[in-house]
Amino acid sequence: MNTVNFLLMRQEILLASIVILLIVAEIFVPANRKKSIVHLALLLFSIHTLVGFLPMAEGILFGGMFRNTTLIHLFKNILNIGVLILLFQSADWLQHKIFSQDRGTEFFVLLFTSLLGMYFMISAGDFLMFYLGLELSTLPIAALAAYETHKLTSSEAAVKFILSAALASGVALFGISLLYAVSGSIYFDVIAANIVQNPLTALALVLFLSGLGFKISLVPFHFWTADVYEGAPICVASYLSVISKGAAAFILMIILFTVLKPLIDIWENIMYVLAVATMTLGNLFALRQQNMKRFLAFSSIAQAGFILLGLITGTQLGATTMVYFIAIYIFSNLAAFGVVQAISQKTDKENMSDYEGLYRTNPNLSLVMMLALFSLAGIPPVAGFFGKFFLFTATASEGYYLLVFIAVANVTVSLYYYLLVIRAMFLRTRPDAIPYFKSSLYMKIGLIATVLGILSLGLYSPLYEYIHELSSKLL
Amino acid sequence: MDISHTLLIPLIPLLIFLVLGVFYNKIKPIVSGYVGVLGMLVSFGLSVYTAYQYFLVNGQIDGVYQSISQKTVWMRFTDTLHIDMGVLIDPISVMMLVVVSTISLMVQIYSRGYMKGDSGYTKFFAYLSLFTFSMFGLVLATNLFQIYIFWELVGVSSFLLIGYYYTKPSAVAAAKKAFIVTRFADFGFLIGILIIGYYTGTYDFETLNQPDGAAILSWTSGSFMGLSILTWALILIFIGGAGKSAMFPLHIWLPDAMEGPTPVSALIHAATMVVAGVFLVARLFPMYYFVENGFALQVVAYVGAFSALFAAVIAVTQTDIKRVLAFSTMSQLGYMMLALGVSGYEGHEGVGYTASMFHLFTHAMFKALLFLGAGSVIHAVHSNYLKDMGGLRKFMPLTNITFLVAALAISGVPPLAGFWSKDEILVAAFEQNKLIYLVGVLVAGLTAFYIFRIYFGIFWGKETQYKHPPQESPASMTIPLVILAFLSIVVGFIPFSEFISADKTGFEGHLNYPLAAIATAVGLIGIGLAFVFYKKENDLSDRFVHAFGQFYTWTFHKFYFDELYLFITKKILFKNVSYPIAYFDKKYVDGSMEGIGNKTVWLSEKIKKIQSGRLQDYAFAFVSGVVVLALIFVYFLKN
Repeated sequence: MNTVNFLLMRQEILLASIVILLIVAEIFVPANRKKSIVHLALLLFSIHTLVGFLPMAEGILFGGMFRNTTLIHLFKNILNIGVLILLFQSADWLQHKIFSQDRGTEFFVLLFTSLLGMYFMISAGDFLMFYLGLELSTLPIAALAAYETHKLTSSEAAVKFILSAALASGVALFGISLLYAVSGSIYFDVIAANIVQNPLTALALVLFLSGLGFKISLVPFHFWTADVYEGAPICVASYLSVISKGAAAFILMIILFTVLKPLIDIWENIMYVLAVATMTLGNLFALRQQNMKRFLAFSSIAQAGFILLGLITGTQLGATTMVYFIAIYIFSNLAAFGVVQAISQKTDKENMSDYEGLYRTNPNLSLVMMLALFSLAGIPPVAGFFGKFFLFTATASEGYYLLVFIAVANVTVSLYYYLLVIRAMFLRTRPDAIPYFKSSLYMKIGLIATVLGILSLGLYSPLYEYIHELSSKLL
Repeated sequence: MDISHTLLIPLIPLLIFLVLGVFYNKIKPIVSGYVGVLGMLVSFGLSVYTAYQYFLVNGQIDGVYQSISQKTVWMRFTDTLHIDMGVLIDPISVMMLVVVSTISLMVQIYSRGYMKGDSGYTKFFAYLSLFTFSMFGLVLATNLFQIYIFWELVGVSSFLLIGYYYTKPSAVAAAKKAFIVTRFADFGFLIGILIIGYYTGTYDFETLNQPDGAAILSWTSGSFMGLSILTWALILIFIGGAGKSAMFPLHIWLPDAMEGPTPVSALIHAATMVVAGVFLVARLFPMYYFVENGFALQVVAYVGAFSALFAAVIAVTQTDIKRVLAFSTMSQLGYMMLALGVSGYEGHEGVGYTASMFHLFTHAMFKALLFLGAGSVIHAVHSNYLKDMGGLRKFMPLTNITFLVAALAISGVPPLAGFWSKDEILVAAFEQNKLIYLVGVLVAGLTAFYIFRIYFGIFWGKETQYKHPPQESPASMTIPLVILAFLSIVVGFIPFSEFISADKTGFEGHLNYPLAAIATAVGLIGIGLAFVFYKKENDLSDRFVHAFGQFYTWTFHKFYFDELYLFITKKILFKNVSYPIAYFDKKYVDGSMEGIGNKTVWLSEKIKKIQSGRLQDYAFAFVSGVVVLALIFVYFLKN
């Protein structure tokens, strides 16, 4: 191993250095200028995101524990963009609500550490690295969820999250240890070569998938989602629903398509059951929600069900459409959470009925929200339509017509509740509608970036072809 | 030849549309006018530059004009069947670029005066830019699907502009009518596109149009009711074209479309959008000509000829000057269609094709001029009706002269533009089909008569007493008139047949003196009759009205076509078909859907309790989920 090899971890090293830099900055920046750390963090992370786009070699490190491929690299970049947008959207909140209590820097340290964990998780070449990454990404989130200490619900969210996460980790670890028992190794390629189909591996698979199902919030491992999203600060909920879910779905795909490929007959069916349950129950719960954060929580559960569709096919096309769908989902959900964040920050209002008449007072915010919801619902020509369309086509081309039918029926249901919000904003009026307000520059950047993403990925997208090319090496 | 700069031609108006649309409230009206005109000026310059490069410098290889395209795949269905987006440069698209950009530029300059003080000034320029963008996209389209997309976009912009005075119920009704009628026709177009995609496996114009290519030869492969499937497809596509170009019997929307502001009528409903149908047939001309020995082309010829005559007869009796011009447009479009219909393919046989495009070109100039002149008159007297006008030559000398030039041009008086193109059309018809030739000559006479009827009615005739003496329009309106008048005089001298021909090789055109003499004589007779009837106030015309009796009434009411359509839709379709279906839909379809919806909401309410908020319940559900999955997949489904 030499320095050049080491650069395969460029992203991780850079992010870790940013974390250390911020800690140092926290020590040296005088107390009355702490707020400027937000600018510093944004600047550093923007640079990090840009540097991420430089091409990177493929290869393995540490005897196969860590690996990098172009697809993984691309996905890290997608995560970076998501986190960057998220930071822009929450910069104002951090400056005014959090830094005034003098605990702002830790927020970035925790967030970036969690992201670092995701990097390791998706770059993992064995189950040990995978598990370490998983934990590293999960634990800081519990602290982040408790960040609004003056709110009881925030602490409640954190406790619920950490306990559920512990349970899920335990179950997943049990599954991993069974996999080790049947194959004699924790390395992905060794397991892939040795694994055979028998009841014990089936049990291992079920346990492992349940553990990861917690991260992606699949039914019935999803119950924590709504309570945690509602209690946690919005940007943390947004992080959980977008970044954390996306990364987990991605590594799940990689493990299923490469390591556990011999067991495809089993996991295909498990995924089928989970996908149907997740889509349907997620939608049914979302129908009656009044709180926007809870509403988005359940809608994102239903979206997770759609993500699974790409997995079930087990083909390159499925993988492509799934990654593409996740990329679009990240932009759409970030836009929706961004608007909720902008409104909540100024007015502390989070209920759907508070949004009535919003179009008259804040047309731009309403339009962003409309685009986001259209994209989530899958209405052409915004990106979400193409994401779903390709995903369903890929699934149908493998012969899963019933599944696609169920999915389409669920899309119809989801359309109903997405339109409820739009109806409230555009068609309803109320005398005490949220008055016009100006968002900060950072918030504007954060929202405009999502809108651009939603529109450009829908209208013209070389990204799809690019993912398709990269995912060919996966199988 | 590098054609990447042509991409800018449509993109500039699009950009202007977006800027004006987004900053609608923040831009001062005067600024938006300048922005629109300046943008158009750039597009115009680029179009002319493209035309110069293409026609005169390096568009030809071995005497044949090349089709040059740049495109990217937008959606892929199979290896051959995909939808592209791009630009296609060939003689007719370059010619259309020049037409669209010239007329758009003139109309935008003119509108700065005409729309002055209107509350929706910025909106108007935004819509105009949207239209221009769509029209450029339409003429540059590389394939059937792309042209269809822009086809609908021009339809939308036309809808928006006809209904521009949205507080006027008649304008709203007219906008709706135009949209519905053309949409109905576009339905045929879409089916035609799908059939072509299915049978030939491509949408691409260059592939479709190869005379001995697989696409055209595939017409023998399937037939339906005695005709080739491809012939049916082409007829369906022509229906789409007939809707846009107001061919009989889909013409009813065009007269009503005159409710829009007059510059819009000049741009959209005279010079550019309505010729899209003609352009479409010309675009697919090799297909029309070669598939089943040109059966579909025969349909085009007869529909065109009939529409030309039908509209010319109606135009004679109308009293609203814009409606006279609308029917005149329809008649001239019929002329272009019939010219395509009688055209051959190679060399001089393709004179009909050349003549049609030539007439399209010249017609755009003088018809836009007629409309803008009429707009200038309407601007001055605040009325559309002949009865409120008369003797205006003293008040509006510039408008008078330019209108006269346009009237002479459309009447086919040499050496103005209309003479040359009309002569070529009549030559083509004479060589192919004597009946159509006769119709053509008759229409030429009628055209001269009705156009001079309104000319004399407006500028001569009775000396009307005006409350406020009318004034000549401001320079922003008269300058375009003068420019267009100049163009109406000179564009006839362009040797069109060398640039635009069906097989793209070009041939030397020459005047057929006997036919030209006949056409000119007929035109002059028409003008002479109008002179006798309308130059001075007299009762000759009333006596003729009496002599024609019932026929006049019919014609005045446009042969009751609007009433016929209303009868068919309201009394027959709505009553016997739509209402029963609507009832069934409300009662059973909606009923069952609402039932499902209510049940879903009910279920959602029920299961809400599962989400209790207690962590131990969640853990229980989690572990139960694991156990159930394990039971199912480890014990029951052991494979």
